[in-house]
Amino acid sequence: MSAADDISTILSSGIRLTVPLAFAACGEYLAERAGAMNISVEAMMLGAAFGSIATASATGSATTGLLVGVLIGLLIGFVHGNLSHRLEINTFVVGLVLNALVLGLTSYLITVSTFDSHQVAQVSVPWLRDIPLIGHPLFVERWPVYLLLVIIPLTWWLVERSRWGLELRAVGEQPQAADVTGIRVNLRRRQALLWCGALAGLGGAYLAVGEVGSFNQNMTAGRGYIVIAAVIFGAWRLGRTLLGCALFGLADAMRLALPALGLTLNSQLLVVAPYLLALLAMLLFATRHREPRALGQPFERGST
Amino acid sequence: MSVSREELAPNAFGSRLLALTRPGPAAWQNTVATAVGVVVALLLSSALIAATGGSPAASVQALFQGSVADGTAWTTTLLYTAPLLLVAVGACVSARSGVFNIGQEGQVLVGALFAAWVGLRLAVTGPLLLVAMLLTAALAAGAWAGLSSLMYRFRGVNIVVSTLLMTFVAQQLVAFAVNTPWLLQESRVGDAVVSPQSNPLPVSGRLGSFGEYPDLQVNGGLLLALVGAVVVAVVVARTRWGFRLTMLGLNPLAAKHAGVRVNALGGAALAISGAFAGLAGAVLLASPVGVNRLQPGIAMNIGWDGLLVALVARNRPLLAVPVALLFGVLRSGGGFLAATGVPPFLVDVVKALLVLAFVAPPVVTAVIRRRRAGARTARAERRPAPVAEEVAL
Repeated sequence: MSAADDISTILSSGIRLTVPLAFAACGEYLAERAGAMNISVEAMMLGAAFGSIATASATGSATTGLLVGVLIGLLIGFVHGNLSHRLEINTFVVGLVLNALVLGLTSYLITVSTFDSHQVAQVSVPWLRDIPLIGHPLFVERWPVYLLLVIIPLTWWLVERSRWGLELRAVGEQPQAADVTGIRVNLRRRQALLWCGALAGLGGAYLAVGEVGSFNQNMTAGRGYIVIAAVIFGAWRLGRTLLGCALFGLADAMRLALPALGLTLNSQLLVVAPYLLALLAMLLFATRHREPRALGQPFERGST
Repeated sequence: MSVSREELAPNAFGSRLLALTRPGPAAWQNTVATAVGVVVALLLSSALIAATGGSPAASVQALFQGSVADGTAWTTTLLYTAPLLLVAVGACVSARSGVFNIGQEGQVLVGALFAAWVGLRLAVTGPLLLVAMLLTAALAAGAWAGLSSLMYRFRGVNIVVSTLLMTFVAQQLVAFAVNTPWLLQESRVGDAVVSPQSNPLPVSGRLGSFGEYPDLQVNGGLLLALVGAVVVAVVVARTRWGFRLTMLGLNPLAAKHAGVRVNALGGAALAISGAFAGLAGAVLLASPVGVNRLQPGIAMNIGWDGLLVALVARNRPLLAVPVALLFGVLRSGGGFLAATGVPPFLVDVVKALLVLAFVAPPVVTAVIRRRRAGARTARAERRPAPVAEEVAL
């Protein structure tokens, strides 16, 4: 074993830990640009992870499982959107309750049932996989990983270049002004939450049927919160958000790899790094006003 | 225990202000909607049990047996109720001032951490040690929550987000403390493997029980929590400070113009809510609900649940007492579910559904009322304006 092998191993585990975060972060980024702050991204990932394994076990097809995972994410996004952007219940309250509900429900169901192990197929890109150091980590992966190549540009295009995205950003910055120009603020936020639900669901489902092949209790273990930290760390810009995901994924990989490498670095520090970095980013960049100005604030017509 | 708002209102102006939050004409709608919600929540939970091959009746019986059937069961229930109530009372204070603190889980941990440190390191014996532990826990967790308030004050960092993120920092802080020999990790005895936990607290650092009946023990923590609930209820309803707090929560702009120091008051409310969560942490550590050692899992989601208690109680400290008891019942009863073949996670599902049943109705009825009012105005606007014609004549 050489140092290059070690680096390659850490890199490949880092990528695997980054991918679920990256999927969900694309969704959460879009939702937060619309001013919808949903901490239920944890529930979306966890629910989708469970749903995908349950479906894969029932149908024997991991790909169907992945799709059902996306649907479950969508469903949770739909519920959150309607509760907090139609009925106007505080979005953090809804998030808390949904997280508690999904955690309880999946823990309950996994205790009373057993599922077979299923994983989606692996893709191995010829020639490219032979590149030293980065070849194997990047080009031998489960196929959903490569969906990121479509989803990242698509999210960017939706937010930055489409009319819908322009309206979303208006809704996130100045909902009153957006309302006056005829944009249906709460409808846009519900739509943003659907996108977030689908992608967080994809991330959670990838975690279950892509990476691990099975479901265990509280499988996501706070990854949804790390996604939120990544969006904050990225100062509500897609590129930096994804950079944050990669950083946090690598930190996680380092934590898992350290004992094997015989290095001693404080593992608590690596676990806490995403949250500390997000807090630091908020403290340092606060004056630049990168945060969508109506983030987390409910919109009610006629109020100021 | 149900002191009405009228009795607690300090003066005419105060009672008029509090009237804004008093149940209005829509109260019966809310009550009906809540009752329907609770029934739906219970039906859904029963359906879940039945669908997975369990017996709802047996589950209810197990919940009952584990929580209130005899003195031992009541003892466990009350042991859970005390920290839940403490967290909830704190959450009421901050929520009433319009500052939403969701970092109680972390604040509980910080309280437990500092209480353990004082309990194990302070060379004091007797009841003074316990007092020192409780005070340190409250101060430390209050300061921990106060950090979020400072971040908001000076850098505009969203309080909900920062309290949430600080929770995860607190978790790792405790993990670090119990994994580090020179901090709080238990001392090695011979060749025994050391676990990530602290040494057990000395006996003088544990909360005793009062009023010991054959099986029933009422722990000192409960007394603390009840006193806290009453004090907060009175302070919020009867003092100038409480009046300002409510004003700040109802309309920050008006409060500012009325001379309330908005940032100081909001920060104080957040710190107080953290201090209560810290007390809950110290109570968890010092009462026989755990093993009287600091462990990474010591908070047992009490912080999250306490927040839910406050939500169900609609931020009324006295209403939080029965709600905390209900959540305590679910917790202690949950332990008995396993015997019936139903996973104890059922109670988490029930809790979440119940919270939804209690939180949704007032918001939903308010939205419906507003929509109806909006529709009336719209209809009125479509009609020709007869008044103008009369004037023209």
